[in-house]
Amino acid sequence: MSKDNQILEELTSKDYEHGWSVDMEVDEAATGLNENIIRWISAKKEEPQWLLDWRLKAFKTWLDMKEPEWANVTYPKIDLQGLKYYSAPKKSNKPKSLDEIDPELLQIYERLGISLNEQKKLQGIAVDAVLDSVSVGTTFKDTLSKMGIVFCSFSEAVKEHPELVKKYLGSVVPMTDNYYAALNSAVFSDGSFCYIPAGVRCPMELSTYFRINAANTGQFERTLIVAEEGSYVSYLEGCTAPQRDENQLHAAVVEIYAAKNSEVKYSTVQNWFPGDKNGKGGIYNFVTKRGICAGDFSKISWTQVETGSAVTWKYPSCILKGDNSIGEFYSVAVTNNYQQADTGTKMIHIGKNTKSRIVSKGISAGKSQNSYRGQVQVMKRATNARNFSQCDSLLMGDRCGAHTFPYIDIQNSSAKVEHEATTSKIGEDQLFYCNQRGIATEDAVALIVNGYAKEVLNQLPMEFAVEAQKLLALTLEGSVG
Amino acid sequence: MLTIKNLHASIEGTPILKGINLEVKPGEVHAIMGPNGSGKSTLASVLAGREEYEVTEGEVSFKGKNLLELSPEDRAREGVFLAFQYPVEIPGVSSTNFLRTAVNQVREYRGLEALDAVKFLSIMKEKMKLVEIDQKLLSRSLNEGFSGGEKKRNEIFQMAMLEPTLSILDETDSGLDIDALRIVSNGVNQLKSSENATIVVTHYQRLLDYIVPDFVHVLYNGKIVKSGTKELALELEEKGYDWIKEEADAASV
Repeated sequence: MSKDNQILEELTSKDYEHGWSVDMEVDEAATGLNENIIRWISAKKEEPQWLLDWRLKAFKTWLDMKEPEWANVTYPKIDLQGLKYYSAPKKSNKPKSLDEIDPELLQIYERLGISLNEQKKLQGIAVDAVLDSVSVGTTFKDTLSKMGIVFCSFSEAVKEHPELVKKYLGSVVPMTDNYYAALNSAVFSDGSFCYIPAGVRCPMELSTYFRINAANTGQFERTLIVAEEGSYVSYLEGCTAPQRDENQLHAAVVEIYAAKNSEVKYSTVQNWFPGDKNGKGGIYNFVTKRGICAGDFSKISWTQVETGSAVTWKYPSCILKGDNSIGEFYSVAVTNNYQQADTGTKMIHIGKNTKSRIVSKGISAGKSQNSYRGQVQVMKRATNARNFSQCDSLLMGDRCGAHTFPYIDIQNSSAKVEHEATTSKIGEDQLFYCNQRGIATEDAVALIVNGYAKEVLNQLPMEFAVEAQKLLALTLEGSVG
Repeated sequence: MLTIKNLHASIEGTPILKGINLEVKPGEVHAIMGPNGSGKSTLASVLAGREEYEVTEGEVSFKGKNLLELSPEDRAREGVFLAFQYPVEIPGVSSTNFLRTAVNQVREYRGLEALDAVKFLSIMKEKMKLVEIDQKLLSRSLNEGFSGGEKKRNEIFQMAMLEPTLSILDETDSGLDIDALRIVSNGVNQLKSSENATIVVTHYQRLLDYIVPDFVHVLYNGKIVKSGTKELALELEEKGYDWIKEEADAASV
């Protein structure tokens, strides 16, 4: 055991691979948060009056709200007045094709291993890349638009599809929902918008890569996905961020609306800078993600692989309103060094015969704290609701923590709710067995962890799953104990 | 190939091995027998490099190298294979995936190219016949839910894939019915060559009917107290271990 711990300590010294930043001219808002800044952002983005009003209303609500403190995480108070609320690379002036994109920007993606060109050709993914706050490239748009699919940046959607945005914005996550959602509603910069018309099956995985670049910039992404009756879409989100000393706040909002018979799959691989091995720096990730299965027989499935951020606070949820609708949540959350994660899901059963499934796999290493917090709520009307929850924790070393907070609230006696939980450690026996077959300890850990997380990784689209496996191995390098 | 000189080892301060001497040459099969608690499995573990055991004295050289200085994975890559008495389960990792990782790491160490999936599978199919193992079993999570016999067959299958120069079978016969015992022994015998050697650790003579040893050593109280040929095993089967204990105890007084 002691030797394993020693290996752990030696190897956790590995620095964050994507820790660098490129100097670029940046168009920024003044520091601080007030009505004028919101007006400035809205004007900068040439937004219509209704949206400015909506932002201002959210801001007024937010002023009366208090930062939540119930999560099992601790961090110094964030000085929200010390942040800048808008930052856009100056040179990106509405590009029409990849050729028009600043080579310096494209280079960043390439260094991250995200070549728009390659992805476009090889993987059939339409990429809406977000650097800081403004979209710099949207591909495959033509192909998609022929099918009536809208996939564009949020700002573009506001201009070109205002009626859709107006109808669905805030319909799943109301601006008053929580402190960070209200803040996001007031100052959101950009994000993605996706609309799948009735009966259309989106022919490719839609993907957005987020990246935080400018120092001291809070990022407030807004994603809205609408799936009309009988449609299908698989949406991928993945992120990496360069190394920073100061903590960066990220408070995104993702809303999904699923109409009758539609299905939305939302997959995330999150790899934001977690802070260095002494717990310095790192991203604060306070996200509100929620989907509503509004129509009968609709389905929303969240899959997440969370390896980054210093502090994570995230509960992708499903409101199962339509009868026979299905909600799923598959999660692998890894914490190492001083990372803290409080993540899980909420499944709210409103319709009859609604089903939900939760598979959560926590992995804690170093001195990190990893919490699962899940709520299963069965409302009075929800006859024959079913839930199955499985929460597993894997510990590496003896200084990390795993916690499980399941909340179950049943108001209909026909409900069937199952909850299983396990906690295990990577055993010395397992490592020795691997070693004895010639497998180095680090590779053995990667093998064992990937095996442990397999049920979740299997839910990811193929190319994403491979990436996620590599990421898990990288994150846990040297975390044996 | 393997030379053990005056090997002492202890676990948590308790001495288990108290001066083992053994010489194993290519092409030989050595059986290590002895009563429970005599140190048989400890010897196997120490050779494989299990870190709970502390070597307090003595030397082990393997193909001219100081084995005790090598990490467990490097010992494996040099050609030491331990068939575990209790093979470990690894949930979510298929035997195939596990073995491919192992084989390629061993190959890398030996300066050989990694095997691609196609090549690996074709070699695998060939070796599967040796222990009559089913491919379905190999696509399941490693050892998870395997019967005792399946686990042991899988061990020998891994041995076949890794082509070790020194195989140590730790109580491979325990928990096997007669058919499984025959299959497993068959596999081991087919893998035998003039280049490699086998150490069979067992409590019972039964296994030695199938895997015929060139030498039999009796381990008692951390030492090899008697060595002989396969007839010694038969004698033990007939008379039990008590007479050996008495002889050894008398000699040490």
